[in-house]
Amino acid sequence: MNARIFYENSETSQEFRCAERPLLAVRGLTKRYGERIGCAEVSFNLWPGEVLGIVGESGSGKSTLLSCLAGHLAPDEGEVVFATAEGPRDTVTMSEAERRRLARTDWAFVHQNPRDGLRMGVSAGGNVGERLMAVGARNYGAIRGRALDWLERVEIAADRIDDRPRAFSGGMQQRLQIARNLVTGPRLVFMDEPTGGLDVSVQARLLDLLRGLVREMGLSVIIVTHDLAVVRLLADRLMVMKGGRVVEQGLTDQVLDDPRHAYTQLLVSSVLQV
Amino acid sequence: MSDYNFAYLDEQTKRMIRRAILKGVAIPGYQVPFASREMPMPYGWGTGGVQVTAACLTPDDVLKVIDQGADDTTNAVSIRRFFQKTAGVEVTEATAEATIIQTRHRIPETPLTEGQILVYQVPIPEPLRFLEPRETETRRMHELEEYGLMHVKLYEDIARHGTIATSYDYPVRVEGRYVMDPSPIPKFDNPKLSGNPALQLFGAGREQRIYALPPYTQVVSLDFEDHPFVASKAEHDCDLCGASDSYLDEVITDDQGNRMFVCSDTDYCRTRRAAGLVGRLGGEAA
Ligand SMILES: Nc1ncnc2c1ncn2[C@@H]1O[C@H](COP(=O)(O)OP(=O)(O)OP(=O)(O)O)[C@@H](O)[C@H]1O
Ligand SMILES: [Mg+2]
Repeated sequence: MNARIFYENSETSQEFRCAERPLLAVRGLTKRYGERIGCAEVSFNLWPGEVLGIVGESGSGKSTLLSCLAGHLAPDEGEVVFATAEGPRDTVTMSEAERRRLARTDWAFVHQNPRDGLRMGVSAGGNVGERLMAVGARNYGAIRGRALDWLERVEIAADRIDDRPRAFSGGMQQRLQIARNLVTGPRLVFMDEPTGGLDVSVQARLLDLLRGLVREMGLSVIIVTHDLAVVRLLADRLMVMKGGRVVEQGLTDQVLDDPRHAYTQLLVSSVLQV
Repeated sequence: MSDYNFAYLDEQTKRMIRRAILKGVAIPGYQVPFASREMPMPYGWGTGGVQVTAACLTPDDVLKVIDQGADDTTNAVSIRRFFQKTAGVEVTEATAEATIIQTRHRIPETPLTEGQILVYQVPIPEPLRFLEPRETETRRMHELEEYGLMHVKLYEDIARHGTIATSYDYPVRVEGRYVMDPSPIPKFDNPKLSGNPALQLFGAGREQRIYALPPYTQVVSLDFEDHPFVASKAEHDCDLCGASDSYLDEVITDDQGNRMFVCSDTDYCRTRRAAGLVGRLGGEAA
């Protein structure tokens, strides 16, 4: 894990860590659906190795924001500057071809519903191998070896490698989706409610697994969630949204221990009572 | 014959199809959309190929039509008659004499030459369809050369069967650019796609697509380093003409389970036998 100190709400102190650039620098990001606001004027930096949690009530714009960041939706205003291997580039204005290349190589996206992120008609091994093949892997034995390795890492038995995800439980499907996304070592991982829709014991196991992978791989992650347990265990930093806007952000512990915004207070108290 | 315009289609339609063909020739392996016309035969009968042939035919052409390598199946005979009637062109069964060959599921064994045109009937032109049903998405994948999925298909084959079991419709990459479906020819024929002196045209009627391989285009069958492409055929010689280098059909000869292997290319087999070449059962059969 990155042992770095974040000075909250202080552009200058972030820039103070001079040599290093943010992995993602978001400025004034706005997306409208007609008259309705999806998300508005969102700005933040994500530093390498950092996990940023996005929380907020239903309809607050979390998925919209994530989709804009990952290039699935075109924002109306603002910039999303990603530190590519060739230097910082605004992914909003780059060509679709370049954006899709990033999505195949540098980025990964874990959907809430594994069906949206898996090929249900393809074996587990094929699902994990797809990203390898997409970037040019052409040795069957090597691809299968990597797939086996990753199935093991997400605790799926090796003898399930040729089974299709249809035959998997919801938790297994989600773990397979995670393996499929992480196999190429992406530099930035987007996750939209990865533990949503699973029952509680399955959630706990998945969360534990995610935490292990984040630590081992030093992943940079932007994770949308309703679940404060996910936030507490994974997120270094937290962004609270309401009505499409960021109403509070800071180090996770700070925000949870001393919530400023009324919505955040409600969020924390309602969860702590459970 | 006077009831029809030459080769059935009106001149405007033929011009439209020729424009699509020219575009296809200019961008080898790229699927060009065209406004497919109703033809007086069902779709499964190769209406795409028939329209391409109609657009290419001139009164001087000599036409050959084969179905699975044979000149005498119902499908081949009907298409040949269709053009005899509507275009009055000369027809032949000899590969070397034909200027245009329309085919379903085979490339003739006799090597083609410069100036010949081979027209394929194509049922499903989109090689990515198997794993990605959305047309908008497959078009985008071609545009951006996102072809990882094709190897996922081959991976699945090996995972399930221990080897690449795809034996026809075997996907190819054209000049290092477009991935193309060669139509359901056996993979034995795939090597003949590459560097062929003839012009190869592909027509899909129901799907309204035309694509092309100009003469001497490089065509590579997709594979893995450790599972290389093999142009396989039955491990036999033709029982009629003794050919060891031609694609064979297995024919059951009686209800005792006896079988024989014969060239699927009837013209090739007949020519060899006419030259005195004889296979295992060549004396007694035919
Ligand atoms: N495709 C769309 N068309 C129109 N409005 C949309 C669309 N998608 C989202 N919205 C609206 O944008 C706002 C933000 O929605 P979004 O899905 O981003 O919220 P969310 O925070 O992800 O909610 P949830 O927690 O329920 O997933 C909501 O008012 C929603 O109704
Ligand atoms: Mg959402």
